[in-house]
Order: sequence, then C-alpha cells, then structure tokens
Amino acid sequence: MNGPVEERRQHYLNVNYGLKSWLLTIDHKRIAWLYLVGVTFFFFVGGLFATLIRMELLTPQGDLVQAETYNKLFTMHGVTMIFFFLIPSIPAVLGNFLIPLMIGARDLAFPRLNLASWYIYILGGVFTLAAAAAGGVDTGWTFYTPYSSIYSNTHVALTVIGIFITGFSSILTGLNFIVTIHTMRAPGMTWFRLPLFVWAHYATSIIFILGTPVIAITLALVAFERLFGLGIFNPELGGDPLLFQHLFWFYSHPAVYIMILPGMGVISELIACFSRKRVFGYDFVAFSSLAIAVLGFLVWGHHMFVSGQSVYASMIFSLLSMLVAIPSAIKVFNWTATLYKGSISFDAPMIYALGFIGLFTIGGLTGLFLATLGVDIHVHDTYFVIAHFHYIMVGSAVMAYLGGIHFWWPKMTGRKYSEPLARLAAVIIFLGFNLTFFPQFVLGYLGMPRRYHVYPPEFQVLNVMSTAGASILAVGYVLPLAYLIWSLRYGVVAGMNPWKAKGLEWETASPPPTDNFDVTPIVVHEAYAYGEAESQAVYPTGKPANV
Amino acid sequence: MSDSSIVHAHQFDDAEQQHEASWLGMWVFLATEVMFFGGMFLGYTIYRSTYPAAFADASNHLDIWLGTINTAVLIGSSFTMALAVRSAQLGARKPLVLFLILTLVLGALFLGIKFTEYYAKIEENLVPGSNFSFAGPLGRAAEIFFSFYFAMTGMHALHMIIGLALLTAMIVKAGRGRFSSVYNTPVELVGLYWHFVYIVWIFLFPLLYLVGRHLQ
Amino acid sequence: MSSGHIVSVKLYLAIFGALLVMTLATAGAAFIDLGGNLNTALAMVIAACKALLVILFFMHVRYSSRLTWVFVGAGFFWLMILLSLTLADVLSRRWLPTLLL
Repeated sequence: MNGPVEERRQHYLNVNYGLKSWLLTIDHKRIAWLYLVGVTFFFFVGGLFATLIRMELLTPQGDLVQAETYNKLFTMHGVTMIFFFLIPSIPAVLGNFLIPLMIGARDLAFPRLNLASWYIYILGGVFTLAAAAAGGVDTGWTFYTPYSSIYSNTHVALTVIGIFITGFSSILTGLNFIVTIHTMRAPGMTWFRLPLFVWAHYATSIIFILGTPVIAITLALVAFERLFGLGIFNPELGGDPLLFQHLFWFYSHPAVYIMILPGMGVISELIACFSRKRVFGYDFVAFSSLAIAVLGFLVWGHHMFVSGQSVYASMIFSLLSMLVAIPSAIKVFNWTATLYKGSISFDAPMIYALGFIGLFTIGGLTGLFLATLGVDIHVHDTYFVIAHFHYIMVGSAVMAYLGGIHFWWPKMTGRKYSEPLARLAAVIIFLGFNLTFFPQFVLGYLGMPRRYHVYPPEFQVLNVMSTAGASILAVGYVLPLAYLIWSLRYGVVAGMNPWKAKGLEWETASPPPTDNFDVTPIVVHEAYAYGEAESQAVYPTGKPANV
Repeated sequence: MSDSSIVHAHQFDDAEQQHEASWLGMWVFLATEVMFFGGMFLGYTIYRSTYPAAFADASNHLDIWLGTINTAVLIGSSFTMALAVRSAQLGARKPLVLFLILTLVLGALFLGIKFTEYYAKIEENLVPGSNFSFAGPLGRAAEIFFSFYFAMTGMHALHMIIGLALLTAMIVKAGRGRFSSVYNTPVELVGLYWHFVYIVWIFLFPLLYLVGRHLQ
Repeated sequence: MSSGHIVSVKLYLAIFGALLVMTLATAGAAFIDLGGNLNTALAMVIAACKALLVILFFMHVRYSSRLTWVFVGAGFFWLMILLSLTLADVLSRRWLPTLLL
C-alpha cells in the first residue's frame, strides 16, 4: 500500500527526529544504522590505503612512496579493515538489526549496553585515526615484537590503545547476543527453529567472548612495554618473541571466523529465499557453525610454522587446521544441495550469495594448502597468503555483507533499491575481485614476498592486472553507496515482504515499529517453510503488522 | 513464576526473564575476564618454566607477610560480600548496607597494603625500567618476573578500584532502599564481580609470592 | 540462573574459615621443600580448591542452573586451551634438533 496512509504509519525511523534521538537511542535498529555509518566510513578509509598500495605496486620500483611509508600503508589498511570494518560489519549492522526481529523479541537483552558498544567502537576508531593522522604505524597489523614493543618509532601505543578500546565493543556485542538468544526467544521459537543467521551469530559471539580479551591483554602488554618499560617481550631480558605471537594469534585466528561466520549466516538466508527451498541439512549447518567456532580456537599455530615454533606443535596445529575445514565444507555442500532442484532467481542478493559459494571454496581450499606444513614453508609471507585471505575476507565476507544489506534493505528502510543497478554492481564486484586477487595466487607461488614496496621486474604484468582489477572493484563498491542512498528518498516503497521470504522479520512492517511486533508472535512452524503458504508464527490477536 | 507487578525493563517479558538475563550476562562477562587475565597467566607460566631460578630468587624479594595478610583481607571481603548479598535476598536493608561498607573498607585496606608494597619496590629499585637493579646473573630474567608482578597485580588493583566504585554505588542505592527481597540483582552481580576479582588473587598469591620459598 | 537460594550464615562462615586455613597452609607449605615441582603443584591444587569453594558457595553456582555451569566451565576450559597448546610448543622446542630453514 502506497500513498498518504503509508506516510502516517509510525515506525522506528520516524518515531522521533533529530540528532539526539539517534545519538541517545537504545533501539537496536537505530544502533544498527549508527554502526552502518561507522563501518562504511572505515571501509572507504581502508580502501584508500589499499588504493595507494596497489598504485605503488604498478611498478617494480619504489617510486610512489618510500619503504617506511609503504609499511605504514599496509599496516593501516590491515588495522582499519580488520578491526573497524570486517569484525563489526555483519554482526553490528545486520546482527543488531535482525536478531531481535528473527527471534520475536522487542529488543536485545541490554539495549543501553548496545549503545555503549557503539560509542566504544567510535572512541577506538578515533584513537586509531589519530595515530594515522599523527604519522601512522609501520609494524604490520600483526604488531610482532620486539619491533612493535621496542624498536619501531611510529605510533604503536596510540594504535594498540585504539584497538584495545574497540575490542570491548566486540565483547559487549557478543555478550548481548548470547544472553538475548538464550533468554528472549518468542514462545515456540525453539533452538532448532531459529534461522541459521541466528545460529551463526551465536557461534560468532562465543568467539567474541572468549577470544577478544586475549588480544586485549596482549596489546595492553605491548603498550605497557612501550610506555612503562615492562619488558615482557624484550629479548635483551630473555623475552620470547613467540610468546607475543601465541597470544596474538590465539585471538586473531578465531577472529577470521568472526569475520566469516556471520557471512555464512547471511548466505544461508539468501540461498534459501532465492531457491525457494529450506536449507538442506539445517541441523548440520547449525552444528557446523558451533564446530567452526570451537575448532577455530585450536589452530592458531599455523601462523607460526616458520617463526621458530616447535615442529611437533606445528604438526599438531597443521592436523587441527585440516579438521576445521570440515564444518566449512559441510556448509558449502549443504548450500549446494539447497540449490539443487530449487527455483532459482538471480536477484542481486543471490548473485552475491552464489559468488560467495565459489569464492569461499577457493579461499578455503587454499587455506588447506597453507595449513600443509611443507607447502607453507615455501608460500608463507608471500602473496599466496594475501590472495588466500582476501578470497575469504573480500570475496566471501564482504560479498555476504553486501548481499545481506541488499536483501534486508527493504526491511530496514521500507524502500527498494534499483535492482538492475544492483545486479550490475554485483557482477562488477565479482569480476573486479577475481582480477585483483587471482593473479596474487600466481605471484605468491612464484615467490613474490608480501609487505615489500618493490619487487622483481618479472612480476610486473601480474601486478598490473591486480591493480586493474582493484580499480574495477572500486567502481563496484561505489555504485551501491550511490544507489542505496538514492533509494532512501526515491526508491519504490517496499511492502512487508517484498522477497516473499520466510522468517519472523518478514512478518512485521517495513520499516518495523520501534517494538518490532505489534503483538509477540507465537512460533508454530520450522524455519524456511518455503513452499508452504502459512507464516511461521501465529499472532494472538490476528494477523501480523500490515503495511 | 513471575509477578507482573514487579517493574522490569521494556524489552523483557517479566522480572524473572530480566533476572535470568542479567545473571547470565554477568557470567559471560566474567568468562571474558578469565581470558583477559589468562593471557598474563600464560606469559607468566612460560617464563617461569624457562627461568625457574630467576623467578624463585625474584619472588623471595616480595614481602610474604604483607601478601598473606592481604590474602586474608580479601577472604574477609569476600565473606562480607556474600553476607551482603544474603542480606539483600532477605530484604534486610541495614545489614546490607553494613556488609557492603565492610566489604568496601576491606577492599580499600587491600589496596592500601598493595600500594605500600609498590612503594617499597620503588625504593628497592625493583620496578622494571631504567632504574631496575637486581644483583646477580639472574637479574635480567628477574626483571621479567617483576614486569609480570606489576602488570598482574596492577591489573588486579585496577579491577579492585572499579569494584570499590561499584560498591559505593551499591551502598548509596541500598541506603536509599532501592533493593528488596524481590529485587536485588545489582547487588548480586556486584557480588559476582567482587568474588571473581578475589579468585584472581587466589592464583596470583602463590604464583608471585611463594616461588621457591624453601630455597631461601 | 541463580535459584534465589539463600545460604545460611553458618555455611558462609565455614567456607570463610576453610579459605583462611588453606591460605595459611599454602603459605606454610611453601617453606618446606617437597622436591621437584611438587611445591608448585600443591600450591596450584590448594588455589584451585579455594577458587572452587568461592565459585560454588559465595557465587552460588552450587545452586544455579546447568547453563550457568556451562558458562563457568567454558571460561576455564578455554584458558586451558590457551595454556596447553602454547606449552606444547614451548616445552617441545628442544626435543630434537630442528632443521635450520
């Protein structure tokens, strides 16, 4: 229903106006928007650093920036993208917005903690940007000691304090999600009726809670060493550089699962909707999310195969790394089985989802190559590693994020975006991505090391291809920024359920009222009841909220 | 069983759900604290296994009397905190305030003793950094020991200070009659936090003060 | 979640007493040479027992739901993962000469 009647309906966006109503909101949906603005900003900051890196790498010589500057560029690219974009992106934007809706609750368990979480994120971001403005850091986002703790002359303390602060944002979000999912599910919403998106975020929250504190204390110790001379990593005193690496990777490996698990949750929703089928092997996918979270904590030593770690420990870590691939593979098989005999439509979210499946498979398999001790000796610290993790973090996680943003955009805004433009952007991103990063597998295999601003001339052709791909990718990323913002004002008004999807979030108005549901739903059916006409829940006083 | 007349935040269906969520939320937070302190315990464990003699030598420079007294002080504060929560559960306002104040006093006493120890270490040039001086060949690894001593007890002390602030807030609220046998969740949660901070000290005490005492 | 169970003063007093006794025991035992790593092991066992008493009784976990037990256990279990796998590296570094890469 369009027109005047629509305009008068009250929902979470128009219930009040003004900056204060946004900056002091405790509505999880508005907080999701606050995060959306934040992560988008940091995405483009990180992208700026990436642009400079790829421009430098157009030529074998170091002719754009000096070595020290280049070191700062890749450090800031990593820090910004990982801590300020990838880790918060799906959980803090889509998770915050959707989890209460998907479980039939009015809000998260601790709404004020949720707002505090955003402020903490911004505060950490301010510290890190200040460090960048003051001259940056050159240690790599991995902050290996003793370079970071003693010898670097850049703004290490300021940066690690920024990351330390932002870590609490993650911890509080994870805490909120875990408690909410345990205690606030609507009547009839049993664990095994939950959307897989919720399972994915529950698993992610386990990692938030148990992993983030370790990097917090690790970075705090680096700061203590730099600021107070507490020489815990100081080799002159007998300090062990590997201790830092163990502590750092204990978090940072599970962190990569923080970055991909929510994306996998999004993909489950997209594949089901655009195949018009329930997800094949729901239980397996749910348990695989938990398995990835748990097993992901047992493999961190695979980052340290050539650092001086004992070969026996390395063998154990290598074996465990093989194991963690299994639940990921199970998910890929189940998504594929969901597609089989489904009624497929190629809307933009589905293009992102299908791209995810292919690119995640490549990224995941190349991870197994790296987990193989003997192979890793040769490709460690080369572009092979860079290609591997960008296939997961960009080819998979970012595409899942964009797919999710597009899919739930009508729910969040009450507007549809331009579908032709969106499909175009998705294809441009897919092509640009592959042109950027596939050559890097070859470069790494041929021996080009990472974190160098110069390289042997024989690698130039592949580097030029990679930079060309990056330019295309940039266009692909700017397009959604443009047409999504445009749609806020001029987009076609969306109804309650424009995709005819299943899930409680689609059984309330677009945009939803502040308390999400006019009456608390009572869930009576399984998730993903595609092919059936009924909704998942019944509403005690009749129908769900209507447009 | 829920009493709909009890006020609860709007996102919850009833007071019981709110209480359950708050309780679980605090335990999730404490799990993060276990991992936070755990990182330092890991570092300590590694270096102690690598430099056992230095750690023993360095540990003997800590004042075992003050450490033991401080442990007893914290045990006392844990006891009074438990009694405070019990009073809250019984709706006994005056005992609640009394036990909270006792807990606060004991916590402050702990910090007073701790800072006395720190001051002594500064005088003895045992603070890592340019003024550090430790006789003998074990001096370098001893500096690592003292780095852990200050980092771990310092972080613990910071948590104690936060605990004192929380206790103060609880004392004010309890004094104003905000808690009853039906609603006392904040006291309960501050109690959990306080006991956790004591548990960290339970492990810090032997690991820092009691290394190789028999070699003295 | 906590059951709202009210513990008696007597029980709290008993725990308090036990904690004091165990503290004196651990401090005293430190001065006796028990040989090898036994001093450390004993100190850790006593510490673990003290922590358990505080968790079960002062923190009411004894009277709490199984979900609470899972959350409590998870924290310590994860700490054990951190410690054990890292020690697996540190303690096995010198077992055999490693090839220089």
